[in-house]
Amino acid sequence: MGTLLLDGVTKRYGEALAVAGVDLDIRQGELVALLGPSGCGKTTTLRMVAGFIEPTAGRIVIGGRDVTRQPPHARDTGMVFQSYALFPHMSVADNVGFGLEMRKVGKAERDRRIAEALRLVRLDALADRLPRQLSGGQQQRVALARALVVSPAVFLLDEPLSNLDAKLRSEVGLEIRELQKRLGLTTLMVTHDQDEALAMADRLVVMEHGRVLQVGSAEDLYERPANTFVAGFVGRCNLLDGAREGADVFRLASGAALPCTPDATARTGMLAIRPERIEVAPDPAGTGRLRAVTYLGARTEYHLELAGEAIVAVTSTPLPDDPRRRLAAGDPVRITWAADAARVIPAAEGPAR
Amino acid sequence: MSAASLSPAAAAGPGPSVRLGRLAFLAVVILAYAIVFAPIVMVIVTSFFDQEIVGFPPDGLTLRWYVNAWAQRDFARGFLTSLQIALAATAIGVPLGTAAALALVRANIPGRGLINTFLLAPLAVPAIVAGSALYMFYLRAEDWLDMDIKATLGGLVAANVLITIPWTVRLVTASLAGLDRSAEEAAANLGARPVTVFRRITLPMLRPGIVAAALFSFVASFENLELNLLLVGPGRTTLPVAMLSYLEFRMDPTLAAVATAQILMVTILMLVTDRFVKLSRIV
Repeated sequence: MGTLLLDGVTKRYGEALAVAGVDLDIRQGELVALLGPSGCGKTTTLRMVAGFIEPTAGRIVIGGRDVTRQPPHARDTGMVFQSYALFPHMSVADNVGFGLEMRKVGKAERDRRIAEALRLVRLDALADRLPRQLSGGQQQRVALARALVVSPAVFLLDEPLSNLDAKLRSEVGLEIRELQKRLGLTTLMVTHDQDEALAMADRLVVMEHGRVLQVGSAEDLYERPANTFVAGFVGRCNLLDGAREGADVFRLASGAALPCTPDATARTGMLAIRPERIEVAPDPAGTGRLRAVTYLGARTEYHLELAGEAIVAVTSTPLPDDPRRRLAAGDPVRITWAADAARVIPAAEGPAR
Repeated sequence: MSAASLSPAAAAGPGPSVRLGRLAFLAVVILAYAIVFAPIVMVIVTSFFDQEIVGFPPDGLTLRWYVNAWAQRDFARGFLTSLQIALAATAIGVPLGTAAALALVRANIPGRGLINTFLLAPLAVPAIVAGSALYMFYLRAEDWLDMDIKATLGGLVAANVLITIPWTVRLVTASLAGLDRSAEEAAANLGARPVTVFRRITLPMLRPGIVAAALFSFVASFENLELNLLLVGPGRTTLPVAMLSYLEFRMDPTLAAVATAQILMVTILMLVTDRFVKLSRIV
C-alpha cells in the first residue's frame, strides 16, 4: 500500500547541492507538503520520488519497496504536473485511460474506470473533448483524474494550484483535499504558497537551500518556528536583532530591553513576534511612534517604530468609537505584547555545501 | 466635471497621425506582397500569351503552350524522374533528419553545435558548388567501385537526400524545442516504457513538424536545378534540367506553362497538407 519513505535523499549537481539529505516518512493516507521558495530543492525532491531525477545518495521507498534505482514507469506514482502535461493529441477519455492501457486493463473495465474517474472530477460530459478545448481548471481536473484512475501507491502534486486564478484556487484546493481524504491517498505535494500548504496539508516540510528546516503541522510551524527563515516564510513575522539577557529580557542592538518568553531554547538569535500579537494604544508618553496606518476593512495594519526598529502590528479593525481609530501617522503610541508572544529563535543557516 | 466626459479627440477616434501611420503600414504590406507575388503572377500570365517572344500587350490568349509542353517527351519523362527522386529522397531524408534532430536536441553529445551546422550546411553551400563537388566525387567513386553512379537513380536520390536532411533537421529541431517534455514524463509516470512514450506521445506531438519537413523536403528536391545539373545524364533528366535544356534553343512561353503547372502542384500540395497540420503554426 501507499507509504513513502525518503532516507537521506541527496542530489548534487557538480559542486552545487540541490537537495541535502532529506529524511521524510509519509504515512498511508497522509498529505505532506514541501514548502519553500523557488530553488529550495522541493521540486527536485518530488521529481526524485517520481523517478525523473536520480538521487546522488539516499533511498526512496514506496510501499516498502526500494525504488531508488527504478525507472519512472516502474514506480507506481501518480503525478499531477504543474503544466498539467495533458496529451494534446488525445481526447479527455484517452488521456485518463492511458495509465490503465499501460497496465493492460481490458477495454470494458477501462471504460468503466475512466467514466468513474471523470465523474469524480465532474467532467463526464466532456470525455470526447481535446485538452485544448478545455479551460485551465478543467484541464487540471483531467490531470487529476488521469493520475487518480490508476490508484497509485503515492500521489504527487507539483504546484497544483499555481496555474489557476485566485478565485478558483482555494476552492480547488479544498476539492483536492477532500478527494485525497476520501480515497485515502498518500500524497506528497510541492508548493511555494504557504496558504495553499497550510490549508491542504496534514504536515508541512519547510525547505531552504536543499535542506529541511522544519517538519510539523501548520500550528507547529506558525507558533513554534524552528528558525527565523520558517518564522518569516510561514505567515508574517517581526524579527528583531539582538541578544537574550537573562531569562525573559531581550536586548536589542539599539540598547532597548524587551520582554520575551523564557522557555525558548535559543540563546542567541532574533526576537520573533507575530503582528497580530502586538497591541497598540494611543499614549502621549509612549515609547513607540506610529509611522503609518493601513485600513484594510476587517483588519487594520499599524506600521510602527520602536527603539529604531520597524514593527508591523495587525488587529481586527477597532470599533468606530475606539480611540485607536483616531490614530494618525506620527502619533506617539504604547506598544505591548504578552511575554509568551515574543520568542527568541535561532537565525537560519546559509546554503549547504 | 463628470466622470463620463471624454475629450473630443477620443470621441472622434484615432488622431490623424495614427491614421497616417496605419495607411503607411498598409502600403508597405501591399508592396511586400506585390514584390513576392509579381514573378509568380508574371509566369502564370505569360503562359497564356499567344506569341513566341513575350511582349506587351499580348497578341491574344492561347492554351497552345500547355499543349506543346504536354507534347515534349523530355518534360513528361523529367517530371516522372523528378517525382521519383523527390519522393525517394524525402522517404530517406526525413527519417534520417528526424533521428538527427532528436539526437541533437535530446542526447547530450559533444560538439552538438558543430554537428548541427554541418547538417544544415547543404542549405548554405551554393548548390552549384555542391553539385560540382558531388560530380567529381561520383566520377572518382565510379573509378574505384567500377560501377555507374552518375545519372543513376541511386546517385541522384543520394544527392537529393542532401537537400532533404537540412530542411528536416531545421523543422523538426524547432518542433522539438517547443515540445512540452512534461507530457512525456506524464506518460512515463503512468507506466509507459521509453519506446512506448516515443511512439504514443513524442512522435504524435512532432507530427506537424515532420509533415512540414516532408513537404518542404519534397518541394525543395523536386524543383532543384543546380545540384542535379551535372549529375543527370542522357535518359535520366529531372524536370528543371529538362526545362533549362529547352531554354537553350527556344524562348517561347512553353516553360511558363510548365512552371505554372508546377506552381499549381505545389499549391495543391500545401493546401492539402494544411488541412491536416496548420503549416502557419510551424514554419
